[in-house]
Amino acid sequence: MSGVLELREVHRTHGTGEAAVHALRGVSLTVRAGELVAVMGPSGSGKSTLLALAGGLDRPTGGEVLIEGEALGGLPARELARLRRRRIGYVFQDLNLLGSLTAVENVALPLELDGTGVRAARRLALAALREVEVAGQADRFPDQMSGGQQQRVAIARALVGERRLVLADEPTGALDSQAGEAVLHLLRSRVDEGAAGVLVTHEARHAGWADRVVFLRDGVLVDSTAPLIGIEHLLSGSGR
Amino acid sequence: MSIRHGLLALLERGQMYGYQLRAAFEESTGSTWPLNIGQVYTTLARLERDGLVRPLPENESGQRPYEITDAGRADLTLWFATPISRADRPRDELSIKLALALTTPGVDVRAVVQTQRSATMRALQEFTRLKYASDKPEDLPWRLVLDAMIFQAEAEVRWLDHCETSLVRHRPAPVRPTTAHPEAVDRAGDEARR
Repeated sequence: MSGVLELREVHRTHGTGEAAVHALRGVSLTVRAGELVAVMGPSGSGKSTLLALAGGLDRPTGGEVLIEGEALGGLPARELARLRRRRIGYVFQDLNLLGSLTAVENVALPLELDGTGVRAARRLALAALREVEVAGQADRFPDQMSGGQQQRVAIARALVGERRLVLADEPTGALDSQAGEAVLHLLRSRVDEGAAGVLVTHEARHAGWADRVVFLRDGVLVDSTAPLIGIEHLLSGSGR
Repeated sequence: MSIRHGLLALLERGQMYGYQLRAAFEESTGSTWPLNIGQVYTTLARLERDGLVRPLPENESGQRPYEITDAGRADLTLWFATPISRADRPRDELSIKLALALTTPGVDVRAVVQTQRSATMRALQEFTRLKYASDKPEDLPWRLVLDAMIFQAEAEVRWLDHCETSLVRHRPAPVRPTTAHPEAVDRAGDEARR
């Protein structure tokens, strides 16, 4: 079964010659619908580069990135931008909400850019805000909301419409542990409903929400956790 | 934690017989600490010997309930008021294993670290999945037990990350012969003077 996201032997090198920095060196990764993959690794290991390539925000210097079987490398810039708007949702640490737009306008914006009518976009945006339980904040501006509420709005924006791939880079940011957990809960639910998700994090507790955790070191995937098989063996072992 | 304080805490809720105690114990620890009925009766016998519980007359089904005594209540209060000493916990096999891996020839310590990290991470995923599924209000005690396991696993992963960083910076000291050979010492002195 092919994945929603496929990275095939992806390389990304910045600069040339002796000054070249190899951010990713031959990374292959497939993320299927209904699967959340966490990418862990120390600073500088290539986590954010991987996410930027997966989202078509950067281009690899070698290998291929495919979204639902479509190779991003072959797409003209216009098509790529369209694919990004339609099929990929991004949640970043700095939320990138536009301060001059209300919550519902922020969420509706990518739909409107993509040609959805204003009313239909607003209706879909409200539904997305309801899903993340901040519909009551729809007409507020970002600076009138708490950090947790803003993060939920950012998630609603990432999930609005028919996004098939959600990419999250340290999405809990500076939120307290309860609010951060709520964000991961939402991401998990969305993936359970059929999206594919990639979560970049250096926090093991956050990576725990994933189906699979891959470890990146110096631009190379060094390991991946085995599929989960249930917890009974762990519990019986903890009786001491 | 000892089983005896667990049983005292359960008896503080009301009188119970052996099977009820076992079921209540497992329920309150989310089955992370399975008890066999023999352990329950042995512990009850010791608690009775120490005057911390007292047996009541058998019921019609032939089950003998126990109740906590005032001395048992005092013991339980003291237990809740006393922090658990780290010295009471078992020695950590993992840290000892890594320390030995560093000094044992031919061991790829980074591989040992990575293997453990994947295994611990996987346990953390399992705990998180279980927590995700336990969202009813009455699940709170169980969720807190799970949180404890999650935080412990997280701490282990962080410590393993720290070990890996230290390994990258580590420059092993030259291996010294256990008894210095005069010629070796001379050669080392020559090297140093150059």
